[in-house]
This record gives sequence, structure tokens and C-alpha cells, in this order.
Amino acid sequence: MSDAAIIAPAAPAPRRRRHLPWPLLVGGAIVLVLLVTAALAQAIAPYPFDQMHIRDRLTGPSLRFLAGTDEYGRDVFSRLLIGSQLSLVLGVSATLISLGIGVPLGLLAGYRRGMTDELIMRVLDVLLAFPPIMLVLLILAITPPSLMKTAIAIGVLSAPPIARVTRSVALDLMSQEFVEAARARGERLPYMLARELLPNVWPVLIVEASLRIVFAILLGAVLSFLGFGVQPPEADWGLMISNGRAFVDEAPWISLAPGLAMALTVIGISLLGDGLRDLLDPKLRGRR
Amino acid sequence: MAIYVLRRLGAVFATLAVMSLLVFLSTHALPSNTAALILGQYSTPETRAALEHRLGLDLPLTVQYWRWASALFQGDLGASLVMERPVAPMLWDAFGRSALLAGCTMAVVSTVGIAMGIVAAVWRGRWPDHGVSVFAYLGISVPEFYWGLVLILVFGSTFHIFPTSGAATLADGFGTMVAHLVLPVVTLTLTLLAHVSRLTRSSMVEVLDSMYVRVARARGFPERVVILRHALRNALLPAITILAQDFGFLIGGIVAVEAVFAYPGLGRLLIFSLERQDLPLMQAAILVLTAVYCLANLGADLLYGVANPRIRYGGSVE
Repeated sequence: MSDAAIIAPAAPAPRRRRHLPWPLLVGGAIVLVLLVTAALAQAIAPYPFDQMHIRDRLTGPSLRFLAGTDEYGRDVFSRLLIGSQLSLVLGVSATLISLGIGVPLGLLAGYRRGMTDELIMRVLDVLLAFPPIMLVLLILAITPPSLMKTAIAIGVLSAPPIARVTRSVALDLMSQEFVEAARARGERLPYMLARELLPNVWPVLIVEASLRIVFAILLGAVLSFLGFGVQPPEADWGLMISNGRAFVDEAPWISLAPGLAMALTVIGISLLGDGLRDLLDPKLRGRR
Repeated sequence: MAIYVLRRLGAVFATLAVMSLLVFLSTHALPSNTAALILGQYSTPETRAALEHRLGLDLPLTVQYWRWASALFQGDLGASLVMERPVAPMLWDAFGRSALLAGCTMAVVSTVGIAMGIVAAVWRGRWPDHGVSVFAYLGISVPEFYWGLVLILVFGSTFHIFPTSGAATLADGFGTMVAHLVLPVVTLTLTLLAHVSRLTRSSMVEVLDSMYVRVARARGFPERVVILRHALRNALLPAITILAQDFGFLIGGIVAVEAVFAYPGLGRLLIFSLERQDLPLMQAAILVLTAVYCLANLGADLLYGVANPRIRYGGSVE
């Protein structure tokens, strides 16, 4: 009997139900709703974003105009929906640009160490020495502003922090056995970076990327608010808040609605990032 | 240490020099030129040429830059092209007002932020903790100018408690001066609180769990004394370091907030000069803001060294 007990496979341990962290669920839900809205914005929007209802200027929220109308009688709700596309495109493209620059540099610095590391990090330090908002303002002020240019400017300036994070994780990985094994096999540099290091850097990068998207959306809003970002008559949230300033007494919804939409977006993405961090990398829990 | 500081100061100067070159070159890469902007759309090529000659804009770039830079070293910031007034007095007035705004903000952020961090750490996991983190989250979820608008709506338009634009000097009375500062300072504070309060909370939590605090409790000190005298002192340095870092962040915020409240500081001067492409004014505003930013970063790094004695500057790395 006792033999059988030894031979018989141990009963599978009761499966531990993994608690999904609540920020992940809430944030994920918000982001999902946002993505769907942004994707279908043109279809959902009750009116074209630039259609003017001259008789209904500055009317409050009603069933006809869910979030009221602005000074040209444009439906604020429709503009909000279209604006979500601009914000998400800006946030995501700026972040992709900074990942595209920062990750390879960080991996290379962490992998090669020595002179390469020193060189890359010093160049990034120089970039970090300049106040980011000055550089972005300067770039946008001297050339005709556009959404893509804003994204590129923010993306390039966000690359150094990404590279730093990537480098520090890569440095940690270098002492791991699987990396040494791959080196002993004589794998070449691109393989080492892309197939050995990169997959292990992703969890940290996803969290960092969510922070960067939020940063890009907020900075983009500031830039269009100051008049250096997206130009009228686009339905950009920062621009809508800025336009509504003149009517803040009689028609506060023009400014308040896009601000709330932005807050919801930012909170959703930050929660999702926090949740992903808890899920992917329990070591980091409670930090920051 | 002294060598480290000197080297860093050298780097600050290098940054400023590069920045001034960037600004200079960028304004010359413009499609529209300054003379056309000053004279308006009805100007003729002749009047534009005459104005360019008078302002020295027709000289070769290197000569123009050399003139500007050598004047700068003699303490002459030049004259605004648009307003035709010397830059220096305008700049220092604006600087003073922005410094007042920044100083008040830092004072409020540090006291309120640290207090919030302590409260959250002491009542960890209970409602004051959650309250603090929700409040901090909300503060950083919208851009600072949006808080500005909300505050204007509530306290300016609805209740008429505080003035919503401009600045006042001591000559207008102390009360008036403070009243003009309230809304901009609160706006900036909202966006900066999160960082400080979270950091204070986490370092307080760490200290409160330490042996040192347990011993203090065991010796029978009242809880208030343990928290404020024993724990806080140890938790404070990281918070101060983060405050110095946030100061650099504050500069970006100031540009936006000054625009919302029509506060005549450096940020407004910068935006004005960028819109009008007023090179001397732009140079001056950008250089001052960059210098403050660099020095704040340097200060943060030095404080970090003080807070964390394991880090020694100037010696070997790692």
C-alpha cells in the first residue's frame, strides 16, 4: 500500500485561483471602452465634428446635444468622440517612437557595457540636461505644428528614460545563465538582443510605456492649449478646453467635458499599467 | 566633491551655450521673418529691408551670434525686437513674479505633501491612506491648466472669492498680492502633490517598521513624538530630494499655469516671444528657464548624495 502511495502521482495541488488585481480589471475595462469608442467614433458620433448648428450655439447638455454645443454650435459630444482618436494616436505613436529609439539603445548599452555603454548613456544624459518642454516648444514654434510632429518631438524626448530602464534590466539579465549559454553558443548580436534579452525586458517596458502614454497625452494637451500643438478646427481635447476658456461662465461644459474625458483616459491607462505591473512582476509591487 | 560640483557647473554652462545656439539657429530657420512679423502684412520689401538693417538682422549669422553672445557677457541682454525695449528689466520683473509663484508652490507642496504622506503611512491601509492616494491620482490625471479652469469656474466665477487673472505687487496691499497667488499656487500644487506624498508615505512606512521606531515606542514615548521626532526625521531626506527634482518639473507647469491665469511671469514672456518670434526675448527667457532647470537638477543630485551616503560623487562609478 505504502508503495502504491509513493508511486501514485501526487494529487494535483488545488489550483490557486489567481486574483486579478482590481486596477487591471478597472483600467482594462476603461481602456477597452476607449479603444472601441475611438475606433467607431465616426459611426457613433451623432453629428460630424465640424458641423455648426448656428441656432443652437452655447446650448447646455440635452438629449439632442449630449454634452451641449460650443460657440459655433458644434456638438461637444461628437467632438469628444473624435478627439479620443487624436489623444490615443498621439499617446501611442509618441510612445512607440520612444520605445523604438530607447529600447535598442538600452539593450545595446546593457549588453556591450564598457565604452559603448558609456557613450550611449552620456549622449542621453546630454539630452536629459535640457528642459523637455523648452525643446518641444522650440521645435513646434519654429515649424508649422501638426499632430505627427508633436508626437515625434515628445517621442524623441521620452526616449532617454526608456533607454535607462531597458539598460538597467538588461544589465541584471547579463549575469543570468541563459544569457551566458547563448553567448557560449556563439549567437550573434542581433539574436542576443532581440531573442534573449528583449523578451525578458518586456514586462518592465509595458509598465513604463503606460506611464509614457499618459505623459504624452498630458503634454500634448498642454501644447495644444498653448497654441503650439494641434490646430483648430480639429477636435483635440486640449484645444477644446482652451477654446472653452472664453465661455467658462456661460457654457462651462465646453471645457469641462473634454477635461473629464481626458481624466478618464489617463486614469484608465495608469490603472492598467499598475495592474499589469502587479501581474507581470510581483517584485515591483508597492514600489513607486 | 568640490571637483564634482565644478564639473557639473561646467556642464550647466555647456548646456546653456548649446541651448542659445539652438534657439538662435532655429529662429533663422523660420519661413516667416521677424521684420515681416513686426511690420505686419502690408509691409513692402523696402521697409522690411530697412528694419532688418536697423535691427542688424541682415548681418551674417556668425556675426549676429557673436554680437549677441559678447553683449551677454557684458551683462547686456539686448532689446526686444517687438516691443523695442531693453530685455533685462522685463526679464527680471517676470522672473521675480515667477520665482514668487514657484517659491509659494514649493512651500505648499512640501508641507501639504509631506503631511499627506505621514497621514497615509500612519493610517496605512485604512481610509485616510486610500483618500490620500485617490486625491493624488486625481491631481495628476488631468493637465494643470484644466485644474486652473475648474478653480477659476468655482472660486472666481461662481463665488467671486479670488481674482482669476493677473498679479499684484506689495504696493497693492499684501492681501491683494496673496489673493492673486492663491489659485495659480493651488493649481500647480495639485499636479505636484502626488509625487511627494507617495514618496513620503513609502519612506515613512519603511521607517515606522524599523527597529529604531519600535525601540522608541518601547521606551514609552507618546506616539505623536515617535512619529514626528523619530520617524519623520529619517523619512524626510528622500522627500526633500524628490522635491528638488520636482522643481524642474514645475517649470513646465508654470508655463501652462501662467497662460491660464494671465500671470505676467517668465512663462508668459516665453510664449509671447515664441509667438512673435522675438529672438532676444526668447533667448533670455529660455536661457533663464534652462539655467533654473539645470541648477535644480544639480541640487537634486547633490541632495540625493546627502540623503544616501552610499553614493559618493566624483569617485569611481559603481
